[in-house]
Amino acid sequence: MLVIGAGGAGLRAAIEASAAGVKVGLLCKSLLGKAHTVMAEGGMAAALANVDDRDSWKVHFADTMRGGQYVNNWRMAELHAKEAPDRVRELEAWGALFDRTADGRILQRNFGGHKYPRLAHVGDRTGLEMIRTLQDHGIHRGLDVHMEFTVVALLHDGPRIAGAFGYDRERGRFRIFKAKATVLATGGLGRAYRITSNSWEGTGDGHALAYRAGAELIDMEFIQFHPTGMVWPPSVQGILVTEGVRGEGGVLRNSEGRRFMFDDIPENYRSQTADNPEEGWRYTQGDKNARRPPELLTRDHVARCIMREIKAGRGSPHGGVFLDIAWIKERISNAPEHIRKKLPSMYHQFKELAGIDITATPMEVGPTTHYVMGGIRVDSDTQMSTLPGLFAAGECAAGINGANRLGGNSLSDLLVFGKRAGEYAAAFAKSNGTVNVDEREVETAAARSLEPFERGNATENPFKVQHDLQDMMQDLVGIVRVEDEMQRALTGLDGLNRRAAVVGVTGHREYNTGWHAAQDLGNLLLVSEAITRSAIERKESRGGHFRSDFPDKDPAFGTFNIVVRGGSDGTMQVSRASVPPMPAELKQVIEENK
Amino acid sequence: MRATFRIWRGDKEKGAFRDYPTEVSEGMVVLDAVHRVQAEQASDLAVRWNCKAGKCGSCSAEINGKPKLMCMTRLDSIDLSQPVTVEPIKAFPLIRDLVTDVSWNYRVKKAIKPFKPRPPDAPDGTWRMDQREVDRVQEFRKCIECFLCQDVCHILRDHHLHDEFTGPRFLLYNAALEMHPLDTEDRLKDLKDRDGVGYCNITRCCTKVCPEHITITENAIIPLKERVVDRFYDPITRLLRVFR
Repeated sequence: MLVIGAGGAGLRAAIEASAAGVKVGLLCKSLLGKAHTVMAEGGMAAALANVDDRDSWKVHFADTMRGGQYVNNWRMAELHAKEAPDRVRELEAWGALFDRTADGRILQRNFGGHKYPRLAHVGDRTGLEMIRTLQDHGIHRGLDVHMEFTVVALLHDGPRIAGAFGYDRERGRFRIFKAKATVLATGGLGRAYRITSNSWEGTGDGHALAYRAGAELIDMEFIQFHPTGMVWPPSVQGILVTEGVRGEGGVLRNSEGRRFMFDDIPENYRSQTADNPEEGWRYTQGDKNARRPPELLTRDHVARCIMREIKAGRGSPHGGVFLDIAWIKERISNAPEHIRKKLPSMYHQFKELAGIDITATPMEVGPTTHYVMGGIRVDSDTQMSTLPGLFAAGECAAGINGANRLGGNSLSDLLVFGKRAGEYAAAFAKSNGTVNVDEREVETAAARSLEPFERGNATENPFKVQHDLQDMMQDLVGIVRVEDEMQRALTGLDGLNRRAAVVGVTGHREYNTGWHAAQDLGNLLLVSEAITRSAIERKESRGGHFRSDFPDKDPAFGTFNIVVRGGSDGTMQVSRASVPPMPAELKQVIEENK
Repeated sequence: MRATFRIWRGDKEKGAFRDYPTEVSEGMVVLDAVHRVQAEQASDLAVRWNCKAGKCGSCSAEINGKPKLMCMTRLDSIDLSQPVTVEPIKAFPLIRDLVTDVSWNYRVKKAIKPFKPRPPDAPDGTWRMDQREVDRVQEFRKCIECFLCQDVCHILRDHHLHDEFTGPRFLLYNAALEMHPLDTEDRLKDLKDRDGVGYCNITRCCTKVCPEHITITENAIIPLKERVVDRFYDPITRLLRVFR
């Protein structure tokens, strides 16, 4: 079988499938160990209850559903909450070294939307620890690893997916991977926006490959804009500032010095949220009787509050707000040392890229495109898509997060559903016969991917079209959306698609980055259309999707997810699918944790 | 403001520096300038990068002759009155332009004996470790595998002893395993015979270029050298071995 993508989900899937005795090919877009998972900072959420023994899978489940505004796939949220602790402990058995509690167990930290300290972490470089652990474990599991490989198309044997076709970037040589089962683990699509925390790989490849192969995507309107990205200097705009800063006691202030997050606490979080700074501080220092500060509300809400302050003219000099961790020196004696120990990457990042010492000066931060809740529609237990033989896990799959993902739920999602995808894809490969590759399908894909060379230098530049797309999506389908702007975006996409159809590149096929950009561009345009059409369809505001023309949540829209798929005429079809009904015992769990 | 970037263009057979004048602005890093050149003047310029935040270790290059991450090198730290040279790292074969073939590193790592934990400490299958014993290894595990330490190490760069010496990155990797509180494997013989820990003559070049500021030489390599010496070269042990 084949795994496409070698971040947390892809590696975990490959390890699981290999353990099941299946021969596994692993395709990496970059070098092994460099995938976007490496950038995750804060930690992975799992109800280990090491720090607060009141925690359990039930509380984690209820937190995830509340954060997702109840349009999540409840079964995925349940499986995730139940299985995450085992997946974290398994990483430790494979060599991961998490920070420790005083009695020597895995330490857990506070994060937005999580009732109790729940995130297993390693300072603020948890993603690096996770990917390195999986990588170093995986290389001894007989995986057939292909680095720097671009997948151009999925292949069919009738309705069944039969593998993938693409080229190695070093030589530009085409290659067919025939597989009885294929797992997509290609991550997100943040590169559709100008301001993003995503690495160059986040171009929606898996979303687009699955869609073109005939699979359904859901929830594409739900994009997470992380509240705290760097805003200055311009060249680092969008780089992530971990929520861990706020978990460790960092506060948000406007230009007037006001902690504006106290000004707007949503009704459904009021009973869990501190109503004064003193209580908030005690929470961050582990006082079990204190409620969490409003800076640790969910990301969608914090991002909107920041936008409100900026728009009202109360922002920082470079168009953000202030995030202050240095203030804790008023409360603890060794504050600079403590900050450097708890947030080493953040210290380093601001020191080197912005010339700012975060132990002495507040940071300037603003929202950045971070994560897509939407993605390939999958079965909750097996992670199989709507196409036989095609599975998906991690960010490119959808369901667990609903309208908004809680910080820390992504790393655990990668492990829980990466493992499941690997397990069920291996079982599928074992119980189904061999596949045949359709030569014509391969020839068509090869010819299409080579077209930019035929056009050469005289036509459009792929980098330029991508920049224009990013500007447009940022301006017209960003944090605050409105009908007429999104309609303009659809018209804009028509124009960009026409330009993309005539992009040209020069040179030869060996490591030609212009050619690679031309491949990515098609994927970005496709997912941008899916985002825009889904966002037009959801005429309400919920989670990561906020519309100024429909600023309130509408209960009628809480009963379905939005689905897109390719129609037989080649156009994108938008439809609605009912949110699966939740069993009574889980409704009870949610009630108990209100 | 304008500055000129003198970028290496070429492949295994031939190549040359080429000058690209381009617009620069406040806060830019070298990778931004390279991207601007790529977008505006040379769409086929080969460059490897991922995160642009100093976390993935993909964009290693030599900037004005110094091994650095392009994404973490600010233009205001460089003299822009002269052309800025940007060239590929030298310890590995060139693929094209700024991209080198680092696959040797992956093969070396695979040959190192993997992590082998002691049995769990608690009935629920978990372990207990003190933060103080974890601290030391966490420093080593900050490594982002940018291979700048490999690039600057004269044993690989100048003497090309890739068959006899694994380089600082993999001595550090060995140290992270050997000093892992739970690990029970023994890698000392391999360190002596295959990984060539003895070749390192402690010039500390690797430590100086590490973008993660890991004290590779003092904290990782020297303790490994001491362990190897204690095991294989201690005179009393050798004497006892003779009489055994």
